[in-house]
Amino acid sequence: MEDIEAIVVLQDPIRRQLYEYVVAQDHEVSRNEASEGAGIGRTLAAFHLDKLVDAGLLATESRRLTGRSGPGAGRPAKLYRRSGAEHHVSVPARDYRTAADLLAEVADGARLDVELRAAAWREGRAARVAAGPIEDLDAVRAVLSGRGYEPRTEAGGTVLRLVNCPFHVLSERHPALICGMNLALLEGLLEDTEGLRARLDPQPGMCCVTVESSKNNDD
Amino acid sequence: MAGHHLAQLNVGTLRHPLDDPRTHGFTSMLDTLNDVADRSPGFVWRLVGDGSNDATAIQTSLGADVIVNMSVWESRDSLWDYVYRSGHLDVLRRRAEWFELPRTAFQVMWWIPAGHVPTVEEAVERLQHLRAHGPSPSAFGFRDTYTPEDAGLGVVTTDGHDQGPDRRLSATG
Repeated sequence: MEDIEAIVVLQDPIRRQLYEYVVAQDHEVSRNEASEGAGIGRTLAAFHLDKLVDAGLLATESRRLTGRSGPGAGRPAKLYRRSGAEHHVSVPARDYRTAADLLAEVADGARLDVELRAAAWREGRAARVAAGPIEDLDAVRAVLSGRGYEPRTEAGGTVLRLVNCPFHVLSERHPALICGMNLALLEGLLEDTEGLRARLDPQPGMCCVTVESSKNNDD
Repeated sequence: MAGHHLAQLNVGTLRHPLDDPRTHGFTSMLDTLNDVADRSPGFVWRLVGDGSNDATAIQTSLGADVIVNMSVWESRDSLWDYVYRSGHLDVLRRRAEWFELPRTAFQVMWWIPAGHVPTVEEAVERLQHLRAHGPSPSAFGFRDTYTPEDAGLGVVTTDGHDQGPDRRLSATG
């Protein structure tokens, strides 16, 4: 029942706005920043941020922010980031994760990498057809947002770093297989998009793929 | 790091010889990968052959077409981040191009006292142990979470040496 309670907490539009702001940042977020980001008062923001923590959606830590001055300087600030927990609700109950893990276990052991990549590429290609024209990084970002990757623009708008791995648990248990699958899916999705490519660029805590524009800023 | 490091060995049976053009994709990445490893947080040591920058020339009792890779890390997480969250992942992704399908465990890890430099023979023994008996505190894989204490390490004797796994009973009581 914990999962459904966590999700119900997000039904409140202010909380959802705060949550989405916090998880979109590349750093831990203070109450002040969150309240400004969501366009609401600091007291209200603090109240709802702590509701999100209670629900297990955000995690918090207290740290002294350097360079602060004025009232409150020296007091540790409460900083918020996304919690590592996953929440699923399915009515009626379904357990695709166990099935996926078993299938991945067998595919990994049998080294079905090439076959899985081919299937993933076709999946990406089908999504590409459904999405309509993808001509620039903004269009890619919209499509990848819809698939849960949480893309973040970096390097002056030439790189999309994918902050969330939609296959997180599987990618930790079968990285070679699943990250290869993920890359192939995104390659299929970006097929025929001029000047854009998906590339394996794994970094701890993020999706293993980035999308980059091969056009330089100084073109 | 609490006096213990994690040693690992992984082995692979090449589909084609090392100097075969079909293996070039793998061999051409070795220097870069080893460089990434050397600069990775938590990296301690890796095996290299005489006059070489990698371990591809090292032969073991596992067979002439089996190449080995062996290294020591400060923690499981530092090893995991290198193997799966660095440029190394791309080699894993393409493993089927260069290596035979493993029919048995191809990777083993075990805890060592910090400062100990494991030998290839010792590593192959650990792998054989894992293959014969399954995961245990003295030979395990990434899915397992054994600690140095589980392996009977952690009790340092007066001459500065940890008591080894085979003295586990006396070490733990």
